[in-house]
Amino acid sequence: MDTIASLKYIIPELLLTALIVVVIVMDLLLRKGKESRAGYLTLWGSLLILAYLIFSPAEIHSLFEGTVVMDPFARFFKIVAMAALVLTVWVTFYTESLRSYFRSEFWILLLIANLGIFLLVSSIDLLMIYLSFELLSLMSYILTAYLLKDPRSNEASLKYLIYGAFSSGLMLFGFTWLYGLTGTLRIDEIHSAFQNGLLDGNGLALVVSFILIIAGLGYKIAAVPFHFWSPDVYEGAPTPFAAFLSVAPKAAGFALLIRILNLVFSGEGALSSEFWKIIPETNWTLFVAILSVASMTLGNFVALQQTGIKRLLAYSSIAHAGYMLMAVVVLSQAGISAVMYYFIVYLLMNFGAFFTAIAVENKSGDDKIASFAGLGYRAPLLGLMMTLFLFSLTGLPPTAGFIGKFNIFASVIQAGNHWYWLAVVGILNSVVSLWYYARVIITMYSTNQEFDASPLIVERPLVYILIILAIPTLFLGIYWAPVYDFVLNSLHFFLPI
Amino acid sequence: MISLESYLLVSSVLFVLGVISIISRRHAIAVLMGVELVLNAANINLVAFNHYNGGALSGHIFTIFVIVLAAAEAAVALAIILNLYYRRASVNVDDINSLQG
Repeated sequence: MDTIASLKYIIPELLLTALIVVVIVMDLLLRKGKESRAGYLTLWGSLLILAYLIFSPAEIHSLFEGTVVMDPFARFFKIVAMAALVLTVWVTFYTESLRSYFRSEFWILLLIANLGIFLLVSSIDLLMIYLSFELLSLMSYILTAYLLKDPRSNEASLKYLIYGAFSSGLMLFGFTWLYGLTGTLRIDEIHSAFQNGLLDGNGLALVVSFILIIAGLGYKIAAVPFHFWSPDVYEGAPTPFAAFLSVAPKAAGFALLIRILNLVFSGEGALSSEFWKIIPETNWTLFVAILSVASMTLGNFVALQQTGIKRLLAYSSIAHAGYMLMAVVVLSQAGISAVMYYFIVYLLMNFGAFFTAIAVENKSGDDKIASFAGLGYRAPLLGLMMTLFLFSLTGLPPTAGFIGKFNIFASVIQAGNHWYWLAVVGILNSVVSLWYYARVIITMYSTNQEFDASPLIVERPLVYILIILAIPTLFLGIYWAPVYDFVLNSLHFFLPI
Repeated sequence: MISLESYLLVSSVLFVLGVISIISRRHAIAVLMGVELVLNAANINLVAFNHYNGGALSGHIFTIFVIVLAAAEAAVALAIILNLYYRRASVNVDDINSLQG
């Protein structure tokens, strides 16, 4: 489809671009001290786009001469990213640490980062993937450096920048080899070229290219050994953005990972049949399985020693990337749907935990786990909800996290007995994770420690946001069918003919 | 006639030099120069492959996009490094370690 004809299929992207322009112009017209109006406009505009996305038809179109596709799979990840954006923008109004930096730039940069995610999940051309990847990365660097006067934010942004620039350079180098092998930039054509026996004798070049591409994608999803940036960035970045970072770019990274690994590096029937196989020249499933085990194990064991809640959640998010990678390696529709369902759950519970941390941080001024002492008595509702989120992150029934993890383990076991070991490692890791999540809960409820017993007053809207997150976290653990149906309906990809 | 292999050899050497510079250099600006080397190695690959594989100009066009993006990335990077320099009077990567990694 040519450029003009494509325009009517990318309305969410156009709306988002229009919103960015409107917020920028509005920022110029606003008087000093009234900046939050631009934030409210961002919030309502994002909500509108989210609603549009949810009710937009689930169709498959190939747009802009085959560089961008609109398919239900991309739409699903756009919904996740947009929901993350809405929650992040909403919570910025109640974040004390952002007060002295209250300018419209924060929301504008968040919106542009989200545009990057929109393009990333639907691009199917190596050039488009690289461009949107960098769009998202550049905005993330600036947002991490947003607290200009905070040395931790400065340091985090430099680390993020160096790791980010390095791994996207590696990914680009991998792309050039893929282009050299096949002579095309479109990943559906690359898939067809490999199916037609183009690979004979070029197996080594493909393996090199695969490893380089995994470096770029692994950095986005914060999988071991490309995770070094994530704890520092989560600690240094503004907390609402750290929450956004732990869900939305990770979702985009997984969408891209699923698309690239399952189209470029997989054989016949990829993404369309129930199970499929890798192309024989690479043994990437084993490689990704090792990354998955490394992410889970390192994430969980290092999280045990953390004293800061943001660093703890950073290592927990590395471990969660490991759990989700398990379902990517099994090469089945069930695995992909398990990852997608897990992202909905993960959005709810991780944002819940981060936002509770914001509520505590507003009063204590630091992000130490010790600041949670007595929270269960100082703010009973908050303590109860945090317990729910942490149980859900562990994967205990009857929370949504249990169903999410159950789906992932089920898909791994269905794939045959050569992956049983992976499921066993995953279950053992979940047991380890209980220890550090429970440590936070014990800190909140233990009376054997000194704490300030005065009630902790939390701003009402922040409590409402947490309740909005807590209800589905509990509800999806009991009755998940409608959401799961939605996930299954989103399991349609643009495929080469 | 220069063969495709020669170009690939040059780009591989450039790539390795870039990676070494990123890993071993301690000055933040030198690390960024290493990143530029990696990107330019990719550019040589793209142009060489496009020239020898023939077909559409997609490889050449990709190169131009990479150059533009490298400039954008350098702008953001220099802003971040400058801000850090104002606060710490140092851009040595080893000195920047207050967040326990």
